[in-house]
Amino acid sequence: MSTTKFILGLFEDPDEMMDGIHKLQQSSVPIYDVYTPMPIHGIEAKLGVKDSRLGYAAFMFGCTGGTVAFSMLYYMMVADWSHNIGGKPHFAIPDFVPITFEWTVLFTAFGMVATFLFATHLFPGRTPRVMDLRATNDRFIIAIDAKGNTPHEDITKILKEAGAVEIKHNDRKYVSYE
Amino acid sequence: MGTHNSFNLDEKFEFSGKAKTWSLIAIVIGIVAIAYGFGIGHIERTFSNLLLMGYYFACVCMAGVFFCAVQYVAQAGWSAALIRVPQAFAKVLPVAALILIVIAGAGLYFTHTVVDEEGRSVVVPYLYKIWAAHGVTDPKSEAYDAIIAGKSSFLNIPFFFGRLIVFLGVYSIFGYLLAKYSNNEDQLGGMFNYNKSFKMACIFLVIFGFTTPIFAFDTIMSLEARWFSTMFGWYNFAAMWVSGLAIITLVLILLRQKGYFTFITENHIHSLAQLIFGFSVFWTYVWFAQFLLIYYANLPEEAVYFYRRWEPEFKPWFWLNIIINFACPILLLMARDYKRMIPRVKYVCILLICGHWLDYYMMIMPGTVGGEGRSFGVEEIGIALGFAGLFTFLMLTALSKFKSTIPKNHPFIEESLHHHI
Repeated sequence: MSTTKFILGLFEDPDEMMDGIHKLQQSSVPIYDVYTPMPIHGIEAKLGVKDSRLGYAAFMFGCTGGTVAFSMLYYMMVADWSHNIGGKPHFAIPDFVPITFEWTVLFTAFGMVATFLFATHLFPGRTPRVMDLRATNDRFIIAIDAKGNTPHEDITKILKEAGAVEIKHNDRKYVSYE
Repeated sequence: MGTHNSFNLDEKFEFSGKAKTWSLIAIVIGIVAIAYGFGIGHIERTFSNLLLMGYYFACVCMAGVFFCAVQYVAQAGWSAALIRVPQAFAKVLPVAALILIVIAGAGLYFTHTVVDEEGRSVVVPYLYKIWAAHGVTDPKSEAYDAIIAGKSSFLNIPFFFGRLIVFLGVYSIFGYLLAKYSNNEDQLGGMFNYNKSFKMACIFLVIFGFTTPIFAFDTIMSLEARWFSTMFGWYNFAAMWVSGLAIITLVLILLRQKGYFTFITENHIHSLAQLIFGFSVFWTYVWFAQFLLIYYANLPEEAVYFYRRWEPEFKPWFWLNIIINFACPILLLMARDYKRMIPRVKYVCILLICGHWLDYYMMIMPGTVGGEGRSFGVEEIGIALGFAGLFTFLMLTALSKFKSTIPKNHPFIEESLHHHI
């Protein structure tokens, strides 16, 4: 029984990597993930990555921020301690708009950052999880879950044919903890 | 994804059939409505509507020139395939400018006697009745108004016309040049004409940026000459740009339905819808900035503007303006998928075109005919239809004069044909 957990195909060229993805898909080898140092046009469609739901999260954070700001203003300016400011009614909605707007933006921005950190496991102080360090530099990497994907030689052969410059059989998933 | 396209690079637009018939019918309706308005004695109301549509018409054509210039200055690639449509708008600008100048001239020339707020009877023109009233700057006259007299070095008839003619003339020349260079580029190829367009577009944007606020102050804000707002120029710019973008998009979608501009995909419509969405928010921002400061400071000479718009005759329309021009685009175009649904974008464009008509209506009518004289009737609808027909007729004629609907030698044409977002 092999101890290999992940097979990584390292490519020098994004086009060759796309070719590798195509060949693996033709041979019905499921791809775990792909790591590239730069965005590759059309790769989401090729890999069948679902559309990001970050926009919905942003919308919900914005709604929360707007509601919190407006309720806070209402409590302070109308319910709890109403002032006479320039003879305006206490519940002067136009005056509430800038602060409501700012809080909407603030909550959205903070919420998006929090969502991003949560989704990518990038909490401050935590070692980032990286499967190969050169994926942030000059290598385009296809990762294949080795479990249940046999024979490993066939996968290696497909990656080689597509133009992989290096193929790694890693025993552990992330290298960055070492 | 194919890397080679099979589009006909010599596709030419033929202006005929239903579009021609209906635009001519609309022009006739407009003329009948103008004659009806003057005939039954609604002279000021008809003039106000003529000014509204004349201004709208000129602004849409200016937005065409502005669109072309922005694309050249930003060296934008995505828009190269659709640039013929705003170029056609730009080519109509001289006619729109002439019509606006004639309307303003006629409105200033024809006068009537009215009794003003202080019970004096004054001879005033039908348009710009506050600053152009007879004797308003003469201290001996009964109609003397010290505030207006203080502004008369700027707001006097020769200087007013001088500015109007110079501004519209300069915009028209730049619009003409940008269209001409693009036409030359089609025949000669190379970068020479593109570089010239770039240079002209830079100069145009500087001139346009400094002069459009003054253009808006003159044409619209001076209807209520005792009031002023420094936000007014940008507020009008935003209205012009959003309505211009909506009309560019609508024209493209309709031409696409007729089998032209087949290379325009949902990606181009997406980009245009993003601009419409963003600038609708910008319009609201400027509108609200003007409103909030006046509301908050509550100075009588400033608040009178909104006081007049909160009279019962205008208040529902005042709020409807915000709903149509802010709430509708923001809710109907927010998600990515919404911007890619072409029928949805089409209906939002139609809504915004009507919405900005209402926006201009709310700028003009309270200061001219006021609450008692305002209405939605034959004059409003007929004149709006007439100008829509005139715009359609002239713009499509200009479009059909281009040798092809694709600027085939534009340096970014391939990028535009493969625009994908």
